[in-house]
Amino acid sequence: MQEFMLIFRHENASGKVSPEQMQEWMKQTMDWIGGIAAQNKFVSGTGLLFDDAKVVHHSKKVTNGPFGEIKETLGGYIIVKAESADEAAEFAKGSPILQGEGNTIEVRKIAKDDGVH
Amino acid sequence: MDLIPHLFRTESGKITTVLCRLFGMEYMELAEDITSDTFLTAMETWPYQGVPPNPTAWLYTVAKNKAINHFTRDKIFREKILPTIHANKNSEVEFNIDFTGDHIKDSQLRMLFAVCNPVIPSESQIALALRILCGFGIDEIANAFLTNRELIYKRIFRAKEKLREENIIIDEWPVSGISERTTSVLHTLYLLFNEGYYSESDEQIIREDLCFEAMRLLHLLIDNEKTNTAEANALMALMCFHTSRFAARKDAAGNMVLYADQDESLWNQELIAKGVFYFQQSSGGDRLSPFHFEAAIACWHTNKTDSREKWESILDLYNRLLKMKYSPVAALNRSYAIFKLRGAEQAIMETEKLKLDTNQYYFLLLGELYRDIDRDTSIHHFKKAISLAKTDAEKKSIQRRVES
Repeated sequence: MQEFMLIFRHENASGKVSPEQMQEWMKQTMDWIGGIAAQNKFVSGTGLLFDDAKVVHHSKKVTNGPFGEIKETLGGYIIVKAESADEAAEFAKGSPILQGEGNTIEVRKIAKDDGVH
Repeated sequence: MDLIPHLFRTESGKITTVLCRLFGMEYMELAEDITSDTFLTAMETWPYQGVPPNPTAWLYTVAKNKAINHFTRDKIFREKILPTIHANKNSEVEFNIDFTGDHIKDSQLRMLFAVCNPVIPSESQIALALRILCGFGIDEIANAFLTNRELIYKRIFRAKEKLREENIIIDEWPVSGISERTTSVLHTLYLLFNEGYYSESDEQIIREDLCFEAMRLLHLLIDNEKTNTAEANALMALMCFHTSRFAARKDAAGNMVLYADQDESLWNQELIAKGVFYFQQSSGGDRLSPFHFEAAIACWHTNKTDSREKWESILDLYNRLLKMKYSPVAALNRSYAIFKLRGAEQAIMETEKLKLDTNQYYFLLLGELYRDIDRDTSIHHFKKAISLAKTDAEKKSIQRRVES
């Protein structure tokens, strides 16, 4: 069994939709994660807040951002156990994040400490 | 006569623990031998001379005498153990074996912590605690773990060896990491409780004394301010909510009554109130434990009235519980919550993903979910559940559901 990170890229929806809609998405997200955990395939994960986000540059200069207006902003991740990237991608299909047009979930294999990576 | 097995369950752990605390961990087997010998004497004499008026006091006296006989007779004991005992007790001359309530309680709590020492793998901690503190037989522990007796025997043997090697002393309290150590102890008690509550290993479905034994040991932790954690209170709440249904879980013929068919008037309101009290006590900590989620779910089940709010809350709690700690039981119960909220077809889809091909409850749930959708598939799953059930009582109970 390998581990894959499912990386959520989506616009920051807070402030743009009703609290009820946010609540509904939260519930759907918990159901989605619960379904993965019920198969003993959930490892870890969290959402990432846009508030007070910083970017540290090559020059060590620190700027504010990234901002949530951009569709491709990293909004969170979960790590799952799966036999293959295809199985991990199947898990991703169930996420409510994909209800937003333009939103994506990237599937990436976790590099294990195997002397190669 | 059921009295001696019952007393063995409740008293043997106390006797072994008090003796072992006195002798030192390296003589645990000697303490166990004296305890076994005490019960052997009871079995040999009670049928002829009658049960003594106070059987427990009789056992303590006989155990005490056997210990004293042993150390006057046994050369090693006289020359090695006794001087150590005296040295440890600051040249106390009297060899004092104390079977008073407070000393037993204190010794048991200390023994729990000594046994649940991180130098031993957690599954061995549990096995050893069940053996030493709860008077479990090797077979019962093997059943609780759903494994074979050889493996459990090995685990216990190695665990004892480790305690000797590491020179674990019962009298010492852990200086640091008491909350991690408490968590480990709580898991032992959780397992003990489950063995009694779900009891797959015996013909008798509910072994209430095991559950109450677990609650009694848990009280040792709650009564001591060092170990009275939020998590301990959440576990106590869970146990209270579950045990409140004991009287309703068995019909007159001793058959298991499913939750949905239970007579609510038989639920013990006093235990439910206690559960609510401990659940309130459990809110003080800085983190939620799996026990908090399980207690919250059990709390919802103390009210049989179905509502959308109830099942949405239960589903949410199972999602959070599973995210924190996976267990097949929680996964199956989550499917059931989906059934209550979204119907059989959705629940079947979620359940079939679980692939718990060796779990009887998996097939039992699928049997129920398919009941009104596909009768043949339903019966096929029920039959599979019967073939996996370990006891006749369970097999019969499933058979009744097929026919209903």
